[in-house]
Amino acid sequence: MPAGPRRRSRIRFRGLGLPIYTALALIFLLIPIAYTFVFSFNNSGKLNIAWQGFTLDKWTHVCDAQGVCEAFTNSIIVGVVATVLATALGTAIAIALVRYRFRARSLISLLLFLPMATPEVVLGAGLAAQFLSLGVNKGLGTIIIAHTMFCISFVVVTVKARVSSLDPALEEAGRDLYGSAAAVFWRITFPLLVPGIAAAALLSFALSFDDFIITNFNSGAVDTFPKFIYIAAARGIPAEANVIASAVFILAIVIVVVAQVTRAARAKRLARLH
Amino acid sequence: MATGTFAEKGADLELVGIQKRFPGFTAIESLDLFIPEGSFFALLGPSGCGKTTTLRLVAGLEEPTAGRILIGGKDVTSTKPFQRPVNTVFQSYALFPHMTVLENVAFGLRRRSIASPVEKAHEALRLVELDHLAARKPGSLSGGQQQRVALARAIVNRPALLLLDEPLGALDLKLRRQMQLELKDIQTEVGLTFLHVTHDQEEAMTMADTIAVMNKGQIEQMGAPEELYELPRTAFVANFLGQSNLFTGQVSGTTPDALTVALGSASITVPVARAPRRSGTVTVGVRPEKLTLLTSAPVAEAGRNVLGSGRVVDVSFSGVSTQYVIAIPGAGDVVVFAQNMVFGPVVHVGAEVWVSWAVEHGFGLEDAPDEVAAGVHDAAVAAGLDDSGFDSEPALEKA
Repeated sequence: MPAGPRRRSRIRFRGLGLPIYTALALIFLLIPIAYTFVFSFNNSGKLNIAWQGFTLDKWTHVCDAQGVCEAFTNSIIVGVVATVLATALGTAIAIALVRYRFRARSLISLLLFLPMATPEVVLGAGLAAQFLSLGVNKGLGTIIIAHTMFCISFVVVTVKARVSSLDPALEEAGRDLYGSAAAVFWRITFPLLVPGIAAAALLSFALSFDDFIITNFNSGAVDTFPKFIYIAAARGIPAEANVIASAVFILAIVIVVVAQVTRAARAKRLARLH
Repeated sequence: MATGTFAEKGADLELVGIQKRFPGFTAIESLDLFIPEGSFFALLGPSGCGKTTTLRLVAGLEEPTAGRILIGGKDVTSTKPFQRPVNTVFQSYALFPHMTVLENVAFGLRRRSIASPVEKAHEALRLVELDHLAARKPGSLSGGQQQRVALARAIVNRPALLLLDEPLGALDLKLRRQMQLELKDIQTEVGLTFLHVTHDQEEAMTMADTIAVMNKGQIEQMGAPEELYELPRTAFVANFLGQSNLFTGQVSGTTPDALTVALGSASITVPVARAPRRSGTVTVGVRPEKLTLLTSAPVAEAGRNVLGSGRVVDVSFSGVSTQYVIAIPGAGDVVVFAQNMVFGPVVHVGAEVWVSWAVEHGFGLEDAPDEVAAGVHDAAVAAGLDDSGFDSEPALEKA
């Protein structure tokens, strides 16, 4: 039968094509990460380009390279402070936008989207110009202000979705059951918004930790981790930077895995209950 | 914050000249209402009639545009919800999903720093027979169980006034009947004043001592269920609370006791005491179950109205009774509910029949003739929205 082999070959092709394509795509995605991880064990000098042999020294003496740990600490400080500020302000804005009717409400909703749509170069340069005309000295403070600014939009969007899904009757029930405004917020609204707020905070931290463009415009002499790497790239990135990058990556993976495992366990427990 | 003690007993509720406007529409035009302490009062009306708004005003979740709200004689118009001796069972139950059933019930007690909240919460859960589920989260309960937790969460606070916002609307028919009886029992047991908002007329009639029928932000009629049913004063009440056959005609004669209305060549007599409008064009009515179906022309008899003959145009059998629709020239379609005393329907489509009813069963409406059509229309629309599980017949109009 002439149709037989043709059909079989098509099936064969389809059976192999997808795995090969998937493997290639994954390799393409993972090579930079694998490179960073492997070269964090490179026994290199100043330049970390050619493989010089395996060592754990860079992991055990990560702060030896000049500026790596300072930049990392700065990034953590900026990330934490900007996340706390943006999450607090953004949550309040999100609740106001969903729960209350006031003038210019839809205009504010629209304006909050702008930082997300505007190119970062424009945002960074614009903010830098404002700091200059106000005579503000650039440093950690200006970086925090800049990061808080662009993180707020993401927090508002994330938390707003959660507030919209919250039945207003829950808060009314709280008020009806003798809860003062503060008691209703802290015992009902806030606990129910926590998943949204947590997601918004994680997103804010990730965005802040990662940001280079806006930071570069508004940081003055202060280095954050991405800025340090960008500058170091010109004369060779020390392997200690690879160590920090790998550690952050591993930490993120661990958090995701732990979250997934606990969620699965909780789902199983709930399923057993029913 | 309210005091750390319970209300001694139910309190009466008084609404004086309440008006509520929202941007773009008026929910309540002008409402005066008095609910005596310890009563089970139902606000009955179609969606959008203002009954839920009334409830929210009493709870303090909305502020009236004008008017005063008094609970137990005390003006609470400008107080916050948590300062009022009032608790609500919400339509959606609004149980706090992140707390256990026990913590839900204890929430109000804790806010008021009432002694031994956990024991009292358990006690309330025992009242609704759910104490064994105290440690569960509300999400893992069935609808009926959630409803009972919501009820326990409200009554554990011993409010002077308990507000129920269509609390049985989400339950299936059988469970709803059972909960109606349980609610009534609990009300008798705890002696609180219940204000129950519903669009289900059967529910209102089963449970309440007094019903106020609301339409378009106003109370159409208020009274005991039997009173409202037997002597409706408007076309809306006549058709929203059960069904009615309505006939509009000129008053052709009056005696001290009776009013006669000409209807084509026929005439209908109603007792003067049951007819508020006594001259000109009036609308009179009679309930379908008060009619007797006759297969031969009846002998004229004092004290009975007779219409006919007409043709049976529809027969629908519903087990305990059969509904006949009879087209009578000059009177329009007349609905008759007949008990199935024998097997099945007694006449079939196309049969020639007469209907008769005792004069004292008739009633006259307060509505002017032009208001009748609007009332009938509103009731028909409301019946269409009604999800009580009964097929509502289109309202009958003879104007």
